[in-house]
Amino acid sequence: MGLRRYVLFKLLWYTLALFVALGLNFVLPRLIPGNPVDALVARFLQGGLQGQAAGRVYQAFLEEFGLDRPMGQQFVAYLGNVLRGNLGVSFSYYPARVQDLIGQALPWTVALQLPAILVGWLLGNVLGAVAAYRGGRFDGRLFVAALALSSIPYYAMAILLLYALAVAVPLFPSAGGYSFGLTPSWSTAFVLDLLHHYALPFLSLVLVAIGGQAVGMRSMAIYELGADYVRYSRAMGVTQPRVLRYVFRNAMLPQVTGLALALGTLVGGALITELVFSYPGIGYLLFNAISLNDYPLIQGVTLCIAVAVLLANFLVDIAYGFIDPRIRAVQLGER
Amino acid sequence: MLRSRRLAVSLALVCGVVAFGMLGPVVSGRDPYAIVDMPFAGPSRYAWLGTDNFGRDELTLLMHGTRTSLQIGAMAGVISVLLGAVVGTAAGFYGGLTDEMLMGLTNVLITIPSFVILILLSVALKSRSVQAMGLIIGITSWPWTARAVRAQATSLKAREHVWVARLSGASGAGIIVRDIVPYMLSYLAMAFTLQLASAVLTEAALAMLGLGPSNSVSLGVMLQWALLWEAVRQGVWWAFLPPTVALAVVAFSLQLLNASLDEVYNPRLRGGVDAS
Repeated sequence: MGLRRYVLFKLLWYTLALFVALGLNFVLPRLIPGNPVDALVARFLQGGLQGQAAGRVYQAFLEEFGLDRPMGQQFVAYLGNVLRGNLGVSFSYYPARVQDLIGQALPWTVALQLPAILVGWLLGNVLGAVAAYRGGRFDGRLFVAALALSSIPYYAMAILLLYALAVAVPLFPSAGGYSFGLTPSWSTAFVLDLLHHYALPFLSLVLVAIGGQAVGMRSMAIYELGADYVRYSRAMGVTQPRVLRYVFRNAMLPQVTGLALALGTLVGGALITELVFSYPGIGYLLFNAISLNDYPLIQGVTLCIAVAVLLANFLVDIAYGFIDPRIRAVQLGER
Repeated sequence: MLRSRRLAVSLALVCGVVAFGMLGPVVSGRDPYAIVDMPFAGPSRYAWLGTDNFGRDELTLLMHGTRTSLQIGAMAGVISVLLGAVVGTAAGFYGGLTDEMLMGLTNVLITIPSFVILILLSVALKSRSVQAMGLIIGITSWPWTARAVRAQATSLKAREHVWVARLSGASGAGIIVRDIVPYMLSYLAMAFTLQLASAVLTEAALAMLGLGPSNSVSLGVMLQWALLWEAVRQGVWWAFLPPTVALAVVAFSLQLLNASLDEVYNPRLRGGVDAS
């Protein structure tokens, strides 16, 4: 079965999904009753503009945001702009461009989430595998602990840690990405300050990730440990370490998919952590955009999240197609 | 032994939370929005859990908030399980073009993150009632259930009793209702517990972003107030700890319930290597 056909098939599929996402992104905010430009102009008029001048301002904004044209034309213009990387102009930070605002926030989010996902995945899998192998009381306790950790919503964990380690016992700063009054640079003082602010949000995300991964790995490993090939290998006298190597290699496969999908939630997976810690990432930006009714900015952020997820899913699918020919065959309808 | 204890603990927790949210507001009879003391006043005999940023009673708010969150969660859970079950059984049982089309739709919706659709939908709604929140969370969270149900329906339709029903001339809809759905009920119950838990957490996340139900208090809305008024940084633990703990308990008890039900149905999950 052709690998090329599989990749093309997937590409087509994800293009369709992207198109649907773009369509939703375009249509849903336009369902809002009233015209967002009204709100914007109202704010400008408080500055004292009146009469004809107000009318001109209104017209200028309508044209700038393209809201005076029919929906179809707006959508074509929107698609063209998005393809050129132009996400429009923010209402609330006018005249800042949406893509620049996102560009400033994105590195903070990625730097927070990427290490948290990787470290959480690694530690969680080791713990889950050990629990499954040892069983008994150790497993029982670890399982409940991991389940408790993973079922605490990540934002609740953030709030609890913020209170415990920044307010009750003030070990860490309670807000921001770095201290007021410091200018970003690669000096030792600044980097230390950065890490100091980084520790709590990072810890809150890692703890939850460890719990979730451990629960998943444990059940996969238990399932594999009870599989027929394990009994058979044992009966044939294959040494224990060797059997375990097979077991954990097989149990890892779904976990690898899990890692890739978790990487897809990199941008949108922990928006509220940033809110709790006033961390200057995408979540904080989205919150400001929502509270200021800044539709272009909301749209830009949601598009960014959707594209990240679609891209990760696409890469997982392609990687799987390379690894496992059976998946290619099933997906193309040839069993 | 451990297994039944786990089931009992999780059931007791779930019942406790439901009783707190459903009976609490009736028993206390207090208006959640009434101002009873100074803002952020500590626990006292007027307000056992202290007051919030406006001086309203935290305990009363918590009971009403739990109720709202459970209502939204239950509604979203029912809607998503129903939609998922209908789409999944139809796709699995009829197969062919129906299957292709329904699963195509499901897969597109799975690949587009539902939180994005939720944010956009919530922004588009000017006023979000409790029902509207339940509805939009429900209609964005069914695709995973649909996929799992489809797998079950495909395997069930190949069982002998279904062939017997077919040979005796039962209609497709009749077979689905009498011979397929009953065998999936335990699975659907488990799916419901998870959907309920995740809907409660989703509501809280939306509310904290400023997209919660308008004119009602939910656990997420309480947390939003706590964050907006800096309750955490001021160390006013009674304003943020109760809703945080309530959310964690709802999520944990339902997950534990799901896991112990899973162990009842899949005995293999009970022990480690030594059990085999």
